[in-house]
Amino acid sequence: MKRKAAAGPRRNAKPKEDIWELRLYVAGQTPKSLVAFANLKKICEEHLKGKYHIEVLDLLKNPQLAKGDQILAIPTLVRKLPQPLKKIIGDLSNTMRVLVGLDLRPKM
Amino acid sequence: MAKKEARLVRGGLQKVRTGIAGLDEVTNGGLPKGRPTLVCGGAGSGKTLLGMEFLVRGATQYNEPGVFVSFEESAEELTKNVVSLGFDLSRLIASKRLLVDYVHIERSEIEETGEYDLEGLFIRLNNAIDSIGAKRVVLDTIESLFAGLPNPSILRAELRRLFRWLKKKGMTAIITGERGDNALTRHGLEEYVSDCVILLDHRVANQISTRRLRIVKYRGSTHGTNEFPFLIDERGLAVMPITSLGLKHIVTHERISTGIPRLDTMLGGKGYFRGSSILVSGTAGTGKTSVAAHFVDAACRRGERCIFFAFEESPSQIVRNMRSIGIDLGQWVEKGLLQFHADRPTVYGLEAHLASMHKSIDLFKPKVVIVDPVTNLSSVATEADVKGMLTRLLDEMKFNRITMLFTTLTAAADSLESTAVGMSSLADTWLLLRDIEIGGERNRGLYILKSRGMAHSNQIREFLLTDKGVDLIDVYVGPSGVLTGSARISQEAQERDVESIREQEIARRRLNVETKRKALEAQVASLRAQFEAEELELKKLTEQEKMRQNGVSKLRKKMADMRKGDSNSERRKR
Repeated sequence: MKRKAAAGPRRNAKPKEDIWELRLYVAGQTPKSLVAFANLKKICEEHLKGKYHIEVLDLLKNPQLAKGDQILAIPTLVRKLPQPLKKIIGDLSNTMRVLVGLDLRPKM
Repeated sequence: MAKKEARLVRGGLQKVRTGIAGLDEVTNGGLPKGRPTLVCGGAGSGKTLLGMEFLVRGATQYNEPGVFVSFEESAEELTKNVVSLGFDLSRLIASKRLLVDYVHIERSEIEETGEYDLEGLFIRLNNAIDSIGAKRVVLDTIESLFAGLPNPSILRAELRRLFRWLKKKGMTAIITGERGDNALTRHGLEEYVSDCVILLDHRVANQISTRRLRIVKYRGSTHGTNEFPFLIDERGLAVMPITSLGLKHIVTHERISTGIPRLDTMLGGKGYFRGSSILVSGTAGTGKTSVAAHFVDAACRRGERCIFFAFEESPSQIVRNMRSIGIDLGQWVEKGLLQFHADRPTVYGLEAHLASMHKSIDLFKPKVVIVDPVTNLSSVATEADVKGMLTRLLDEMKFNRITMLFTTLTAAADSLESTAVGMSSLADTWLLLRDIEIGGERNRGLYILKSRGMAHSNQIREFLLTDKGVDLIDVYVGPSGVLTGSARISQEAQERDVESIREQEIARRRLNVETKRKALEAQVASLRAQFEAEELELKKLTEQEKMRQNGVSKLRKKMADMRKGDSNSERRKR
């Protein structure tokens, strides 16, 4: 059910469920993380306009955070909401795979 | 010791003691300091335990805190798992001497969308290391990253970076890896970690499994190249290098009784050396256990503790059987001086046997240990393994001045001294019990094949099992060879007969002479009596004659006076 709601963002579902909570884990202002953030921003604007929230977490500043979400790879994008939890690693340059990973597009 | 030596010789490579029993000896002092070591092996070979013990010993014995990064089990699971080894992780974690970081990756949750690196892992590790000032790191098993993360080429590059980084941070690390088909590890970790590689193995031979450890390589250091059996018990891992303690033990001159007075006499009059090893070998039914029981009995009488490892009979059977030769072992069990440990050799592998023996010896602290018979253990391992194990056990015992008596069973078909050859070099005193077949019967013979450091008898003694214990008697050695048993007895009887006949003859002659002497004496006496009578007569005659002459002269004078003769007066005048 949730999947469907998520997959069709244009349909009006309950607003609370529609808020996408995304976390991007980076380690300093590396080119890779900058690219990742730019890519994420672009995808969200395109597919989730107005109903997403991005939190960028810098592990260099808060190393203990890595444990909580089991972060190994950098950059890692974590979809906290909607459930289930999803992790996408890499600089998010492969848009198709990001969409699949976020369940914005069903796997082919 | 070994650490210092290695440092002196190598002049650079420093080592970190693992604290794992035996491993430091095998590696000549421990793992390379500040470098990663690869520990690889199949499933269930003990990689994780080795890693964990490395950290626990480091934290508790060498004041080196450690970080355990687990890719497979959570901290709770690990804590539970190692409780059975006597490690209390939660206490170490609470006191910040150990940190367990569970890195969990779920392949299904992860989508790869472009370039990435493992900076997250680095940061985590760095954070963990810095938070407790760790000196030791274990990554168990980093290869699971290959299953969890896509794009192996990135992963490889990152792993290489990780190991370099660990080196730079000066961490003494253990990286575990699953054994691959044709390589040491499934993903070729040995390419990156090449300072020291330890291979663990869990092999099953004759349905009995034995764990083994081998140092495949150790850059810049000498190391033992053999496969060493190791075991995992409630005190952790224990590698058993054959030369762990080496030949450095200090001996005593103290002698202890064998429990058989005559055997003591044969051994220079005093018995075995304390802390020596005694081998009793012989074919079936020659009385090996009885010799052992005597020794136990004697030790218990002195108030010393004994452990009897029996691989053939149950304790109550031994007690019953020994009672039949007048040795009451039951009383010592009741007094707590004697412990029996009876197991079929096949219940577990050699390593486990050794472990349980070690444990009981450690707990009971006996002065005397009996293993009866040691050869039964070869049903679970090769003879070489048994010898290796015995060597190890003996080293330990000699170090603690425990006297050990072990029996070996020689197969009837073998040469009497063959089976024991493997063991014989381990033994200080070697008693050989053998059958002597003469005149249609088997008798037991005992002799001392060797006894290091003491004068000992070179003679065969006949070995008798009586209801008062073992008795050693001289065999008959005579013109007809060595005789035992009834042959000896009949020979002795024969000799006795001859002897008694001779004695009777002598007595008869003595009597004869006596009679003769008496007759002679009687004769002498009668002659003397006769002579004395004659002498008396002669005396009488002489006196009579005197008296007669006296009388005659008186008469003449009277007659002259009467005749008034002057012849006399004339003669007087002249």
